[in-house]
Amino acid sequence: MFYRETGQFKTSYAADQQIFPIRQDRIGIMLLLVVAFVVVPLVASNYWFNAILIPFLIFSLAALGLNILTGYAGQLSLGSAAFMAVGAYAAYNFQVRVEGMPILASFVLAGLTAAGVGILFGLPSLRIKGFYLAVATLAAQFFIVWCLTKFPYLSNNSSSGVISVPGIEVFGMKFDAPQERYLLVLAIVALLALAAKNMVRSTTGRAWMAVRDMDVAAEVIGIRLMCTKLLAFAVSSFYCGVAGALYAFCYLGSVEPDGFSLDLSFKILFMIIVGGVGSVLGSFLGAAFILLLPIFLDIFLPWLSGVLQLPFDGATVSHIQLMVFGALIMFFLIVEPHGLARLWQIGKEKLRLWPFPH
Amino acid sequence: MARQIGGVILDLKNISLRFGGVKALTDISFDVREHEIRAIIGPNGAGKSSMLNVINGVYRPQEGEIIFRGEHRRDMDTHAAAEAGIARTFQNIALFKGMTVLDNLMAGRNLKMKANFLQHAFWWGPAKREELAHRRKVEEVIDFLDIEHIRKTPVGRLPYGLQKRVELGRALAAEPQILLLDEPMAGMNVEEKQDMCRFILDVNDQLGTTIVLIEHDMGVVMDISDRVVVLDYGKKIGDGVPDEVKSNPEVIAAYLGTQH
Amino acid sequence: MQFFFEVLIGGLLSGIMYSLVALGFVLIYKASGVFNFAQGAMVYFAALSLVGCLEKGAPLWLAFILAFVIMTLLGIATEKFVLRKMVNQSPIALFMATIGLAFFIEGLAPMLWGNQVWPLDIGLVDEPIGWILDRYNIVVSSFDLTAAGLAMALVAGLALFFQYTRVGRALRAVADDHQAALSIGIPLQHIWALVWAVAGFVALVAGMLWGSRNGVQYALTFTALKALPVLILGGFTSVPGAIVGGLIIGASEKLAEIYIPPVLTDIFGGNFGGIENWFPYVLALLFLLVRPEGLFGERHIDRV
Ligand SMILES: Nc1ncnc2c1ncn2[C@@H]1O[C@H](COP(=O)(O)OP(=O)(O)OP(=O)(O)O)[C@@H](O)[C@H]1O
Ligand SMILES: [Mg+2]
Repeated sequence: MFYRETGQFKTSYAADQQIFPIRQDRIGIMLLLVVAFVVVPLVASNYWFNAILIPFLIFSLAALGLNILTGYAGQLSLGSAAFMAVGAYAAYNFQVRVEGMPILASFVLAGLTAAGVGILFGLPSLRIKGFYLAVATLAAQFFIVWCLTKFPYLSNNSSSGVISVPGIEVFGMKFDAPQERYLLVLAIVALLALAAKNMVRSTTGRAWMAVRDMDVAAEVIGIRLMCTKLLAFAVSSFYCGVAGALYAFCYLGSVEPDGFSLDLSFKILFMIIVGGVGSVLGSFLGAAFILLLPIFLDIFLPWLSGVLQLPFDGATVSHIQLMVFGALIMFFLIVEPHGLARLWQIGKEKLRLWPFPH
Repeated sequence: MARQIGGVILDLKNISLRFGGVKALTDISFDVREHEIRAIIGPNGAGKSSMLNVINGVYRPQEGEIIFRGEHRRDMDTHAAAEAGIARTFQNIALFKGMTVLDNLMAGRNLKMKANFLQHAFWWGPAKREELAHRRKVEEVIDFLDIEHIRKTPVGRLPYGLQKRVELGRALAAEPQILLLDEPMAGMNVEEKQDMCRFILDVNDQLGTTIVLIEHDMGVVMDISDRVVVLDYGKKIGDGVPDEVKSNPEVIAAYLGTQH
Repeated sequence: MQFFFEVLIGGLLSGIMYSLVALGFVLIYKASGVFNFAQGAMVYFAALSLVGCLEKGAPLWLAFILAFVIMTLLGIATEKFVLRKMVNQSPIALFMATIGLAFFIEGLAPMLWGNQVWPLDIGLVDEPIGWILDRYNIVVSSFDLTAAGLAMALVAGLALFFQYTRVGRALRAVADDHQAALSIGIPLQHIWALVWAVAGFVALVAGMLWGSRNGVQYALTFTALKALPVLILGGFTSVPGAIVGGLIIGASEKLAEIYIPPVLTDIFGGNFGGIENWFPYVLALLFLLVRPEGLFGERHIDRV
């Protein structure tokens, strides 16, 4: 009844090309932003900021980065965590080595560094496709983490590559308290999400998707495969790099190279599979799901073991978690390959017809 | 017909193409004149598609020369071909399945759009202006092909006949000088075929687009084309206006020999 | 020089083990076009099942058969509940599903059999082979040599199986052309289940050999990561490619691990061990840049 596009006639292509052509969607997103920027900082507790909201935003950003590469440009990567690592370490180095470097500039430079490394490891994509490329991205995963561990220069000579980041200051204001860090992360993520949405709905995004869907045809209509793929690698790595920098500076405070393991890369991959491959919204939904699932299981499994009178120890819980993750991935790929984002869309379409189901 | 057939725009000389031991094309020469409809026919596996692929650089022939608008080349480059205004459709539909009809057509115009990714990211003046201007052009193609109702549908969900039409649309969106069509009517019913024929004739007539067409339906070929090349086992066995080709004994033998 | 040969031979022998795991990938890929990331998890699962049955008191031969039965059941279940439901999806989607499968198996295996590190004794001793040591003064582990011999016997056995049995021929037909195989009445689904069983068998042998060397533990899943560069090098569809690729990767990574770090230490100072974790990947990548079709693949031009 309330969610309708009838009566909202588009009188110009400009109106039709807005990000949210339906008025209710525009209102919805406004409300969401108000809640995120105003209400949440007022009501959320430190636990929520530190354990849920900040990691959620950062992983959404990383998932968005992977989604640009894998979901939009069709180049499967198993090395996202390594690009996060590049971002984290680059930001750290810019901060400690360059006197008076503004933190935001460090984040941007971190993203750019990651983009450069991304282009380097994207070069094989010009000659190899599909699985071969996926395996090749593992080279980035292992090589980068190894470098960060072994070259003391990269971690400012700290032992085994562990870095502890300095405090954050933006324009002379300290961002130490959880809600301050949350707001900083939120602002960056919101801005980059908007930029991603804009890219994927314009020529850039169409070129990516064209290469993904049918590379020969893309070439024939004049899309340059090399530029398009490398741009996807660069932009994707930029997003992952910034996410990594935020991960170190605004979430953990201290990171080590092994923290950016293959498992983390898989986690990010799972986020886009569950959330929706090739969907900006899906990156957020997937990140939320994959982050909340273990928290939920941690609460649910002990309860279940109580009810069933079965003793679950910690190891069992972690094994069940693995199984649930694996099963979920297969489930989504089988039942809804477009993930939660698609379910959301179907839900909206149903709502449009409500209360008359046909 | 009002259109005037012009001079030679594309000249293929002694093209030979091999895949390992398979000789797909052997020493083929023919030319295409501006504004004409040029058909390529021949039995299955004759090398027709390979010929189109050579013209726009998807395949690189081992021997021969391609003269395009007076420019001599060993082979074509897909990007150069697209920039020079050669657009095409494929025998097995090669649309971007996950994209909407509108996006497929917009992608067809990508070469005409100059804004870079940063301008896109921030929806900066030129990016937005360009998107609108080209949307207008694309809507003209959508009108022409009568596909307004499926504008926002992902092409993967469309029936075959409509997909073929959208693929033509993507090629037309580029406002090509030469249009290469690989079996645009294959697998269509009579009505769809008639529509497609009309589109092809209209494009040729109203926009003056030169068309190179592969088609198995002899009725259609003889009806709409100005000149016909006949290939068989990678060799050229006939070339001329439809009536000439129809009475060429080698062509008749090739077609009787390999019944479809 | 002796040392060089020692490293080289050690590398080649462990390379054969990589080939063995890579072979599991190739079998499934050829028959069903699935790049099965779960192959490493299957190695782990197979080895744990074997140890589990041994623990319950079964003799080795029986435990081996039981573990094989378990792997076959796993293969059938995978075909029935996952692959069959994804027939129309892209290879990349299938690949991602097998990553999910890998996680599932990695959780399931220790749930069933416990997650401690099990020793596995299949009666092989690990000591330098006397006569080689005497004559050439090179240490060659008897364990490695026997394991390599077993692995090669397995490969030869599989080759015979494919060549001379009805089932084997059906498998090859499917690998060559799915449509054609269907049209002459080969039931694809049975074939897929079967090929997963065969891959399970290969995983079992690999798991048994690796496990008896290092203990049966979660780290067995990493064997897959060792086999992947072998695949890029040798190609996903080539059995000889898997074997030669394994040898190259095995030998070169051991040599790199010995000879590169000192060079780096000279330049940068510090300790540069652990090169073998990434060296095979970088090697395979560089190789691909020169020859994208892999060692044994043919150059292929996309048809449009
Ligand atoms: N990419 C390729 N790799 C290997 N062989 C090819 C390739 N493309 C075409 N061929 C071979 O070249 C020959 C000509 O094929 P082509 O597709 O040009 O024929 P066609 O005339 O278009 O046939 P059809 O009417 O079936 O479309 C065939 O023998 C085909 O197998
Ligand atoms: Mg053809």
